[in-house]
Amino acid sequence: MSDLEQIVCDAVRLAKARGASDAECTASEGDEFSAGVRMGEIEKLTEAGSRGAGIRVLVGKRAGSSYTSDLTKQGIERMVDTALNLAQITSDDPFAGLPDEDQLGSVGDLQLYDEAIARLEPAWKIEQAKETEKVALAFDPRIQNSEGASYDSYLGRRAFANSRGFAGSYRTSSCGLSVTPVAKQNGSMERDYWYTSARKAALMESPEVVGRMAAERALRRLNPRKVATQRVPVVFEPRTARSLLGDLFDAVNGSAIYRGASFLVGKLGEKIGSELLTVVDDAILPGLFGSSPFDDEGVRARRTVVIERGVLKSYLLNSYSARKLGLKTTGNASRGLSGNAGVGPGNFFIEAGAKEASKIIGDVKNGFYVTELIGTAASPVTGDYSSGAAGLWIDNGQLAYAVSEITIAGNLKQMLMDLGEVGSDLEFRGSVASPTILIGEMTISGH
Amino acid sequence: MIAPVCHTQGMGLSQSFFSERFAVTEHDLESYLNEALSAGGEYADLYFEYLSTSAISIDEGIVKSATEGVTLGVGVRVISGERTGYAYTDDLSPEKIRKAARTAACIARGPASITKTGFEEARRHNLYPMLRAPHEMGLVERVDLVKRADRAARAYDARVFQVQATYADSVRHVLVATSEGRLSVDRQPMARLSVTVLAKDKEGAPQTGHSGGGGRVTLDFFLNEKTPEHFANEAARQAIVQLGAVEAPAGEMTVVLGPGWPGILLHEAVGHGLEADFNRKGVSAFSGRVGQQVASPLCTVIDDGTIGSRRGSLNVDDEGNATKQNVLIEKGILRGYLTDKLSSRLMHTESSGSGRRESYQHIPMPRMTNTYMLAGESDPEEIIRSVPRGLYCTTFGGGQVDITSGNFVFAASESYLIENGKITRPVRGATLVGNGPEALKYVSMVGHDLELDEGIGVCGKEGQSVPVGVGIPTLKIDKMTVGGTAQ
Repeated sequence: MSDLEQIVCDAVRLAKARGASDAECTASEGDEFSAGVRMGEIEKLTEAGSRGAGIRVLVGKRAGSSYTSDLTKQGIERMVDTALNLAQITSDDPFAGLPDEDQLGSVGDLQLYDEAIARLEPAWKIEQAKETEKVALAFDPRIQNSEGASYDSYLGRRAFANSRGFAGSYRTSSCGLSVTPVAKQNGSMERDYWYTSARKAALMESPEVVGRMAAERALRRLNPRKVATQRVPVVFEPRTARSLLGDLFDAVNGSAIYRGASFLVGKLGEKIGSELLTVVDDAILPGLFGSSPFDDEGVRARRTVVIERGVLKSYLLNSYSARKLGLKTTGNASRGLSGNAGVGPGNFFIEAGAKEASKIIGDVKNGFYVTELIGTAASPVTGDYSSGAAGLWIDNGQLAYAVSEITIAGNLKQMLMDLGEVGSDLEFRGSVASPTILIGEMTISGH
Repeated sequence: MIAPVCHTQGMGLSQSFFSERFAVTEHDLESYLNEALSAGGEYADLYFEYLSTSAISIDEGIVKSATEGVTLGVGVRVISGERTGYAYTDDLSPEKIRKAARTAACIARGPASITKTGFEEARRHNLYPMLRAPHEMGLVERVDLVKRADRAARAYDARVFQVQATYADSVRHVLVATSEGRLSVDRQPMARLSVTVLAKDKEGAPQTGHSGGGGRVTLDFFLNEKTPEHFANEAARQAIVQLGAVEAPAGEMTVVLGPGWPGILLHEAVGHGLEADFNRKGVSAFSGRVGQQVASPLCTVIDDGTIGSRRGSLNVDDEGNATKQNVLIEKGILRGYLTDKLSSRLMHTESSGSGRRESYQHIPMPRMTNTYMLAGESDPEEIIRSVPRGLYCTTFGGGQVDITSGNFVFAASESYLIENGKITRPVRGATLVGNGPEALKYVSMVGHDLELDEGIGVCGKEGQSVPVGVGIPTLKIDKMTVGGTAQ
C-alpha cells in the first residue's frame, strides 16, 4: 500500500472513530516540471512537488468536508475534526450517502503511468522545446516571432478510501510539448499553436510535426476577412468540435438533469440528434487522459453509451445524481479535494464516421471551417449557443481565405439534429475528443 | 466611489503571521535568498503564502455542502537576464525551502555575485482593514446568509423553481522578501456570495439568472451593505426577464453598454493587450503603440489596484510593490503598459505594481487589478434616446481575447433591443465581438454614471486565475458585431 493510500485509510478510520457515520477521503501528490523557451533561449523553468488531501464525512444525513496540504498526523486530525464540525451546520439531505457497495471497485491497471517519463533529463526536455520552436520559426519567412514553446511533464498519484471498505490508489504520468508561433504580413499579425500530449513519452509527436503544424496554422490565419452575416454550413475541425462536445457534456451531466437545468431533461430514449451521432463516455480505454480504474467515489470505471445513432441512451451520473433520478451511477463522480463530488467525463467522444475530413470540406459549396472558438457562451439550460470564431471560408470545396472577428450562433438542440457529417479523424488529445463534424446550418454574424 | 489612497508602513516581520506561526526570521530569509542567488542569479524573491478558505452552499433549499481548508507553501524565484527559475514547496521547514532555492538557482550559471543582507519594509496601502477576524465569525452566521438568499429568490416570483447559493470567504497571509531588500507582509481577505436561479413559465423552457458580489471584505459586508436579498432578487429578476426574451439579433449595430460589469469590455478589448509581457515580446496588437490613438477622445481607461475593499485591489502586489493607479489610455491616447518585476527590468521602466500570481505555486505575471473608464458627460437616458436601432446590454457572462490579432469576445446575458430611442424587448444571450485597437474608436457617448461591478470577476491567463474588478459608465459604441441568430 502506498503512503498516500495509508493516509486516506487512516483518515477514514479516524473520522469513523470520532463520530462520522460514513466518510470518504481522497489525496493526491505530484511532481511537476515545466520548461518554457522563447526565441531559442530558456525563459522559465519550474520544478516542484506538492501534496494534498480532502475528506468528506456524513453524520447521519448531514455532510461536512475539509482539505489540507498538511499531511502530517496533526494536519490530518485537524482536517477530520473540521469536517465533523461542519457536518453540524449543514441540513439533513435524504439523498446524501456513499455509493452502494456493489458499485465499488477497481478495473485494475489502465497503463496510466510511464516510468520512462520519470527518467527524462531536464536538459533533454528543454532541447525538445527549443527544437520545436526552431522548426516553427524556420518554416516560413513570415514567421519571425514566437510566444515560445514549452515542455511540461507530471508524475502523480491519487488515492481514495471510504468507510464501506474501498481503498485504492493509482499513479499517472503525462507530458506535453507545445509551441505558439506568431506570423506577420502586411500589418496583419496572427498566432496559433499546436501541441502533443500523452501519458507515455513514446506516444508524443515529434518536435518537427508540432513545429510545422503550429507554423502552418498561424500562417493560414494571416490577412483575415470579416464576412457578411448569413446562414451557412459550418465545419468544426477536431480541436473546435471538442469544445462543442464539452458544451454537450454539460447538458448530459446528471447534476444539471436533477435540477432541471438541461434541455435534455426527460429525453431518455428519445431521438435528440442526427442518425450519425453516437457519443460514448469510456473511462477504461488504456493509457488515455480520461481513463481511471475507479471514479472519485470509488465506483468501478466503465464504458457508457450516451447517445446512440441520435437516441439519448444515458445521462452521466455520480451516486448522488443517480439517487436523485432513481438511476444507477455511471461512475462519473469527479472531485477536487474539497466539497461534494460533481460529475466529470471519462474519455467523452463522438464515435468516428467513415468520411475523411478533406472530403467533408470538399463537399461544401459555401461554408465556414472553424479552427478557433473564443468566449463561447453555451447554455445547457436553453441550448442557446453563441461564440466568437476564427477559421477559413470554404468556397466550392476549397479552403479559400482566412476569416475572423465573427460569431457563430445556433441552438444546441437544433445543431445536434443538423449534424450532417462525422469524420474519420478521431484522436484523443485530452479527455474530450471529436472527429471533424459538419453542422448543416448556423448563423454567422459579421458585417 | 474611488477611495483616497492612504500609504502606511507595513506591519513588521516580527508581528507577522509567518514569524508568529512558523518562526520565520530575517536571518532565515537572507539565507534562503543567498541560496537562491548561489549560481549567479541577478535577482531573487520569496513568496510565503498561507490561505484558509471556507465555503457553504445551499441547493434545492438544503444546505448540502460546507467546506473549510488550508493550503500553505513558499515559492522561490530567481531571475537571470530574461530567464526565470522557479521552485516551490508546501513544507516550510528550512531544509525544504533551501532545496527549492537551490533548484530555482540553477537557472543561472556561474558564481554568486550578490549577497543579500538586511531588509527594509516596503511601502504599502491599507485598503482592507478587517473589523472582525474570520474565526470570530460563526459558522451559523455563514449558513444564515445562504438560507436568506434561497428564501429571497423563491419569494421573488412563483416561477422560480431552483435556487443555488454559495458563500465563500478566505484569508490569505503573504510575505514577500526580495534580494533587493524589500520586505512586505499582507493579510488579504476575500468574500463572495453568489446566487443562481432557474425560472419557468407553465409552458416553455426554463431560463437562468445569476448574480453575485463581494470583495476584500468579511462577512459583515453581507449583513450591512449588500445583503443576500440584494443578490437573490437580482438573480431572480434576470431569470424572469429572460422568460420573455426573443432571439438576439445578428450583425453589426449600435451597442449601448450599461454601467458596471459590462466594463468587462475594457478588460478584454484593451486590458490584456496592454500587459507588458506580451508587449515586450511584440506579440500584442498594442505592441509599440504608446502615444498613438487607440480609442475615441472620450475614453480614459485606468487600472487601479488601490481602491478600498475592491476585489481586484491589493496593498502590495504579489512581488511586494505597492499597487498604483495606472493610466492606460488618456483621452483616447495609449499611455502605458502594466508591468511586473521582470518586464520593468527588461523594459527599463518602473514597476506599475501589477505583478500578480494565483498562489505560491505560480510565477508572477503582469495582470490587471480594477480596470475602469472615467465618467463622461452624457445623460444615460439621452444615450438610449439617440439610438434608432441597437442593442442595450446590462449583464454579461465572461469574455476572451486573442491578444495577437486583438480580436475579443464577451458574452451578454441580459440585453434589450433599442427601437427608435426606446428600450423594447429583452433578447436571449449572445456574444459580442470586436477588435481591441479599433472597437473603442467607435465610442461616441460616455455617460456620467460610472459604476464598478459588484465584485465577482475572475481573470484567467496562462492557467492562473486571479480576482479582478471592472467598471464603466453607460457607453455608446456606434458599431459592434452582435452574435445572435435573428436576421
